[in-house]
Amino acid sequence: MTAAAYAVPSILVFVTAALLILVGALGVISVKNPVHAALSLIMTLFGVAVAFVAQSADFLAAVQIIVYAGAIVVLFLFVIMFLGVDRNMSVSVEPLVGQRAFAASGVVITVAGLITLMATSHWVSGATSVSGAALASGSGNVKQLGTAVFTTYLFAFEATAALLIIAVVGAVLLARRERHVTPEEVTP
Amino acid sequence: MNVPAAWYLILAALLFGIGAFGFLTRRSALIMFMCIELMLNAVTLTFVTFSRTMSDIAGQASVFFVMVVAAAEVTVGLGIVVAVFRRRSSTSVDELSELKG
Repeated sequence: MTAAAYAVPSILVFVTAALLILVGALGVISVKNPVHAALSLIMTLFGVAVAFVAQSADFLAAVQIIVYAGAIVVLFLFVIMFLGVDRNMSVSVEPLVGQRAFAASGVVITVAGLITLMATSHWVSGATSVSGAALASGSGNVKQLGTAVFTTYLFAFEATAALLIIAVVGAVLLARRERHVTPEEVTP
Repeated sequence: MNVPAAWYLILAALLFGIGAFGFLTRRSALIMFMCIELMLNAVTLTFVTFSRTMSDIAGQASVFFVMVVAAAEVTVGLGIVVAVFRRRSSTSVDELSELKG
């Protein structure tokens, strides 16, 4: 089946998402200033959200924007501002000789293998699950997702609650400035 | 008709490759965390694509949990970066070499 058989709007949406994702990702790994890298990361996250909407994962697209762009990137920017920007960390300096070449060759081999696998496999060509109801398109599957999270994956959902509490306590302990308590200070 | 799933899978593979390359070559701990986010997003995009292709909600539920774990990981990771910066005044991972054998 050639590309002309697909609807033009879906191709346009895919190209838009791909441009946002790839340009943002290349910006993250190439710019010198960490603030610009965080802003490029936002661009990539919006592109991924566009790809989610195009594949009828509406709830996840909203969560992507709210949690990633709204919370995680803001946390990154907060830490960058808090620590002060390392402007002297040059991109052109290569600390280990040949590191970039090794990394590039490894990544190229991995990605080429993945692309070959994904472009030639037949398990991406429409075999549907038999374990549950068919996935509704559009915003109809938000209800399905909620039902799945609160029934099938209830234990994992409760475990994420514990995980988030542990992460918050750990972050507070790590970021806390240690006070040196002398014996005179702890008089009853 | 929507574009084939393989297009989105190839896009996710490219995004993962860019993230992995940045993680292997950049030396700032903050940029390395951002590259981890890029790789996690590539994986979530793959999950959502397979969820559409297989018509199964389990892929989207997995993405939900991946996002929670990513949020927790960034919280603790940035806490560690702040703690290291207090002692070293730098976020370069090359300077953390006490455990070198």
